[in-house]
Amino acid sequence: MPIDAAHAGRTYPPTAPYLVGVEKIREFATAIGDPNPAYRDAGVARALGHPDVIAPPTFPFVLSFAASRQIVADPELGIDYGRVVHGEQRFVASRPVRAGDLLTTTVSIDSIRSAGGHDMLTTRSEVATTEGEHVVTAFSTLVVRGPESGA
Amino acid sequence: MATQISYDDVEVGTELPSQQLPVRRVDLVRYAGASGDFNVIHWNARVARSVGLPDVIAHGMFTMALAARVVTDWAGDPGAVVDYGVRFTRPVPVPDDDEGATVEVAAVVAVLLEDRRVRVDLTVTSAGQTVLGRARAVVQLS
Repeated sequence: MPIDAAHAGRTYPPTAPYLVGVEKIREFATAIGDPNPAYRDAGVARALGHPDVIAPPTFPFVLSFAASRQIVADPELGIDYGRVVHGEQRFVASRPVRAGDLLTTTVSIDSIRSAGGHDMLTTRSEVATTEGEHVVTAFSTLVVRGPESGA
Repeated sequence: MATQISYDDVEVGTELPSQQLPVRRVDLVRYAGASGDFNVIHWNARVARSVGLPDVIAHGMFTMALAARVVTDWAGDPGAVVDYGVRFTRPVPVPDDDEGATVEVAAVVAVLLEDRRVRVDLTVTSAGQTVLGRARAVVQLS
């Protein structure tokens, strides 16, 4: 059954504040195999004009992915997570995430459409400091594969 | 921003140094832990095959992160990447051997924008096939 497009526009409550740690950034940078010192050495980051070590451009996925669990778990949408495929991803940043940031993520469903037996959800995760400074917006397109596509 | 590349030194068509980046099973396990995305198709071949995939596949977000490296290494300041988007057009199967898969990333300055920004278009392939489509980054140069 297609997901009801009437749910487009829905916004979920902000996530609990997430404190971005130096070691979490280092762990993420190591996981993507990137030795860039701006992710590890505060002196290098400061020389580039940042107050502390910064996170890689795709790090905000950690926050948006966690926030998007609210969508996947929403009983009114009834999404079967086993059928979800990541279609598109985009990050639009006001500045890089950095160590010491205390961030909340507010996720919304921008649109829902059905095509070819699949449902396509576009989601928007607004990542901001607890003081209200916008840091980055993560846009995702999730494709929920229809039953006739197998799996 | 303090990028090592100046806006004045680039033009449409300027090529960024390309890179070939490995993707092994252990990389996917590490990325799952670091990102929180433990979807079984990224580490369990039995489940991956049961849903019609050829093998364990890389997280699209892992491939997206690898590709960004070409832009951040070039810019010098990773914080200069102000906009970065991709389409996940084809999965990257990662065989259970010591070599895994390889992602090849090429990039070129495609558009000169206002405020000393440029749009970089990336070509991201694995085994000769495009795996990320419409891969674009906007970089704030100095």
